[in-house]
Amino acid sequence: MEIIIKPKKKFSWREIAEIWDYRELLYFFTWRDIKIRYKQTAIGILWALFQPFITMVIFSIFFGNFAKMPSDGIPYPIFVFVGLLLWQFFSASLSGASNSLVGNQGIITKVYFPRLLMPISSTVTQFVDFFIASGMLVILMIYYGYLPNLAGLLILPLLLLITFLISVGGGMILAAINVKYRDVRYALPFFIQTLLFVTPVIYPSSILHKYSWILAANPMTGVIKAARSAILGGSPVNWTLLAISGAVGMAIFMVGIVVFRNTEKYFADIV
Amino acid sequence: MPIIEINNVSKKYNIAHRQRRYLALRDVIASFFQNPFRIFGGEEDFKKGEFWALKDINISINKGEIVGIIGPNGAGKSTLLKILSRITPPTKGEIRIGGKLASLLEVGTGFHPELTGRENVFFSGSILGMKKKEIEEKFDEIVSFAGVEKFIDIPVKRYSSGMSVRLAFSVAAHMDPDILVVDEVLAVGDAEFQKKSLSKMEEVTQQEDRTILFVSHNMESISRLCKRVIVLKEGKIVIDADAHTAIDRYLRSDHRTVGSRNWDNPLTAPGDESVRLLSIGLEGVEGEQKDSFELQDDIIIKVKISVTDETTPLTPFLYLYNESGEVLFSTTDELNRKYLKGEYEKKIVVPKNLLIAGIYRVGFFVWTKTVAKIRHIKEDNLLTFKVYEGPVPSVTPFYTSSYNGIIRPKLAWTTKAIHD
Repeated sequence: MEIIIKPKKKFSWREIAEIWDYRELLYFFTWRDIKIRYKQTAIGILWALFQPFITMVIFSIFFGNFAKMPSDGIPYPIFVFVGLLLWQFFSASLSGASNSLVGNQGIITKVYFPRLLMPISSTVTQFVDFFIASGMLVILMIYYGYLPNLAGLLILPLLLLITFLISVGGGMILAAINVKYRDVRYALPFFIQTLLFVTPVIYPSSILHKYSWILAANPMTGVIKAARSAILGGSPVNWTLLAISGAVGMAIFMVGIVVFRNTEKYFADIV
Repeated sequence: MPIIEINNVSKKYNIAHRQRRYLALRDVIASFFQNPFRIFGGEEDFKKGEFWALKDINISINKGEIVGIIGPNGAGKSTLLKILSRITPPTKGEIRIGGKLASLLEVGTGFHPELTGRENVFFSGSILGMKKKEIEEKFDEIVSFAGVEKFIDIPVKRYSSGMSVRLAFSVAAHMDPDILVVDEVLAVGDAEFQKKSLSKMEEVTQQEDRTILFVSHNMESISRLCKRVIVLKEGKIVIDADAHTAIDRYLRSDHRTVGSRNWDNPLTAPGDESVRLLSIGLEGVEGEQKDSFELQDDIIIKVKISVTDETTPLTPFLYLYNESGEVLFSTTDELNRKYLKGEYEKKIVVPKNLLIAGIYRVGFFVWTKTVAKIRHIKEDNLLTFKVYEGPVPSVTPFYTSSYNGIIRPKLAWTTKAIHD
C-alpha cells in the first residue's frame, strides 16, 4: 500500500471510490449522529413524530378548513402529510448537510478521512426521522380509510433516492460555501422557507393551471406528486415529471460533488 | 527503500485566512463595489499576505526509525504533521508513504460528551482509522489501561477531565499502524498517567518495524524516545542528526536567545502616557549580561521603566513562559502603587535550582486595576533565555537527566534513620 501526497489537483472520480473504503466510518458517523440527536430531550425520538404531525394539523385547519385549499379529492390532512413527510426529510437533510463541515471542524482539522462522508452521513441520519414519521402516515390513512396502493409503494425507494441526491448535492454545495462564508447559516432557513412555497406541499400543482410547468423545474415537485399518486392513488404517476426530477437531482448531485471536491483542500485551513 | 519520502515540500498560507476566521459574503460584495476592477487584479492583493509555513523540506525516513521533530513555535512542525496526515495538502512537492499511517494530533479527537465511554471508544477508534473488529478485540485492554472499567457505560460528560483524557489516550495508544505521527500529546493526565503513557509509547516504539514521527517541546521525552531528531526553524530544516547531537546543538545555538532589549526613543517605547518600558535585561550574579544559565545560577532580570503620571496606580507583572507557551508563573511586587515621576529600575531574581533545563520567554506587563483593567504595557515576548544542566554542557548533556515535570525545584529533603 502506498500513499502519495501531492498538491491537490482538480477533481477526479477515482476519489469517489474512496468512500467505499471508508464505509465503516460512514456507519459510525451516522450512528453517532442518531445517538446524540435526541440526547437530553424529554420526549426524545417522539420529536420526529410531533413536528410533521403538528404542522399537518395547523395546515389542515388553516389551509384545508378555512382557505378551502383543493387537494385533488383526497382528504386534506393526508394530502398535506405526504407532502410534509418528504419535504421535512429534504429540508432537514439540506440544512444538516450544510452544517456538517463547520459542525465537525474539531475532527476535520485533526484527522484525515474523505470529507464527503460528512454531508452524506448527516443526510442518512435523516432517514430515521423519515421512517418514524411514516408510521404516523399509516395511522392517518387507516383513520381516513385509505388503502395504500401496494404496487405503488414500490416506487418509494426511488423517490427517496431522488430526494437523497437533491439534498446531498445541495448540501455539499452549501457546506463548501459555509466553510468560507458563514452567511449560509442565516440565509438557509429563509431559503428553505421560500422553497416550501414553490413546491406543491400545501397545495396541489393543479391550482396553477396552465402555469404548473413552472414547478417542474423544482425537482421536489415531481417527487412529491409521484408520492401522492403512488401512496394515495387518484391519478397515475407522472413519469415525465419524475424523470425530470431525477435528472435535475442527479445534476445537482454531480455539481455538488465537483464543487465539494474542488474546495475540499481549503477546509482544514479555514474552518 | 524509505517508508516515508518527503521531496521538496512547501506549504503556503494566505495570511488573510489566518487572521480572519471567515469572510462574510457581504465583505466580498462590498469590496467589489469599492473597486469593481479588483476582481480581475485580485491575484496581486493575495500575494501580499503570503506566508510560507514550510519551504523545500526533504526528509527520508526508513522503516523502524523513530524521529523527533523540534523547533521554536511557528517553525512549521505542526504544518508538516498536518500534511503527512493528509489534513491539508502541500502547496508544492510530493510525499510518498509506504504503509498505513495513523496520526495523533490531539488527544480525544471525536470524543462526544453525550456518548458513553464505550460508544466513544468505538467512534474515536474508528475516526483514528481502526476497524470495528480491531476495536472489539482491543476493547478490554483499552478500558483497563485507562482504568475506567466502572464508568464505561455512563456518558463521558460525567467523567472527570482526567478520566476522559485517559480513555482518549488509551484508544489512540492501541492503534496498530505501520507509521505513527504524534504531536505533543504525552503531556496529558496526572503525573502517574503521564509516566504510564510514556512507557506505553516506549513499548510501542520498541516494536519492530514501527516508524514514528514525534513532535514535542519536551526534550526529556524526545531524548528518551527518538534516535534521530530534526530541527525546524522558520519552515526549513536546520539540523538533522542523531538525537544527542541535534538536541545539544538546538539548545546551545544562541541565535534564538535575546538577553536584553532597550528602547532609545522614549516615545516609541512600549507603554502609554502613564508609563513606558525603557529596557529589560538578564544578568548573572556578578552583573554580567547573560542569556543562558546553569541550573545552579540565579537569574537576575532588570527592568527599567519611566513613570510620567503620578496619579495612576500601577501594577507591574513579570511573566515567565516555557517553551510550550504555558505561563510558568507570573509575579509582582506591589499592587496598584503610585510612583513619583521619574525612572525606576526593578530587579527580580529567579532563584537558582527552580527551573528545569529548557528555553524560556519573559513577558512584562504594567496595568492599573480599577473596575476595569487598563493595560499600559503589554509585552509577552521580550526576552528568551535558556537553562541548562551541568557545569560544562558538552561534558554532561543535560537532557539525559532523569527529572520529570515542568520545573525542577530543589527542595529541603531530610533523611532520618529509624531505629526500633
